[in-house]
Amino acid sequence: MESLQVLVKAGIYILMAAGSLAAIGAVFFPNLFYAGLSLAGVLICVAGIYLSAGADFLAMVQILIYVGAVMTLIIYAIMLTNIEEIKVSHLGIKQILLSILAVSGFAVLTASAILSIDWRPLSGQNRLEVHELGAALMSRYIFPFEVLGILLFAVLIGAIVIARKDKV
Amino acid sequence: MNLIPTEHYLLFALVLFAAGVTGILTRRNVIGVLISIELMLNAAAINLVVFSHTVKTAPETGQLFAFFVIALAAAGAAVGLAIVLALYRNRHTVQTDEMNLLKW
Repeated sequence: MESLQVLVKAGIYILMAAGSLAAIGAVFFPNLFYAGLSLAGVLICVAGIYLSAGADFLAMVQILIYVGAVMTLIIYAIMLTNIEEIKVSHLGIKQILLSILAVSGFAVLTASAILSIDWRPLSGQNRLEVHELGAALMSRYIFPFEVLGILLFAVLIGAIVIARKDKV
Repeated sequence: MNLIPTEHYLLFALVLFAAGVTGILTRRNVIGVLISIELMLNAAAINLVVFSHTVKTAPETGQLFAFFVIALAAAGAAVGLAIVLALYRNRHTVQTDEMNLLKW
């Protein structure tokens, strides 16, 4: 039992390391197609993190919506717009260095803030069953749920209208 | 469940978020910027899930709002990529520094 726990722990840390590496790849790969594939890797790692945090339903949703739908959209967009100008994929070296400097400053500040707080540990009894989530979605959070439905409907129409070829 | 301390989840989310911000600041291609936005939204969703264990609200709040974030990210990706396709069709570019139509 003890060794199993150590194994699971090591697995979670390996997932986190892989996710971080894939995220850096998604940002810095010059070839956008590779960047998209790295993003898929990040999304799958995040699904594993959700599993480890007790959010089984979210892990499934992550795989279905992100890896299934959003990745397909992004790959399609890359292939539909891919011309040879992909060679120059980033702004100049000065902008890259300045951005990395600013972002690492932000990251150090936030990390020191995170580490200075005494967080309550994740509690084991908070693992939720899917039917509890569904009941909450249908009772307490019914309003955001309905608004989300209207938004997705508008997005469906809007995406078709924007991307269609002929002008009315 | 209490295998990993909360800080480590938050630090992982911070790495994802920082990578996303770097991508937004440095990418020349709009689709690259959209990929970076997806990274940042994922970091926020991880934080929501983790905080749902550590605060005293109803336990399903964090997971449901992470679910809403995922749905909104899908909506954003759909509209964003439609705009990219329309822009590519009209202006023949997907580079951020060549999109100066609204620049004065």
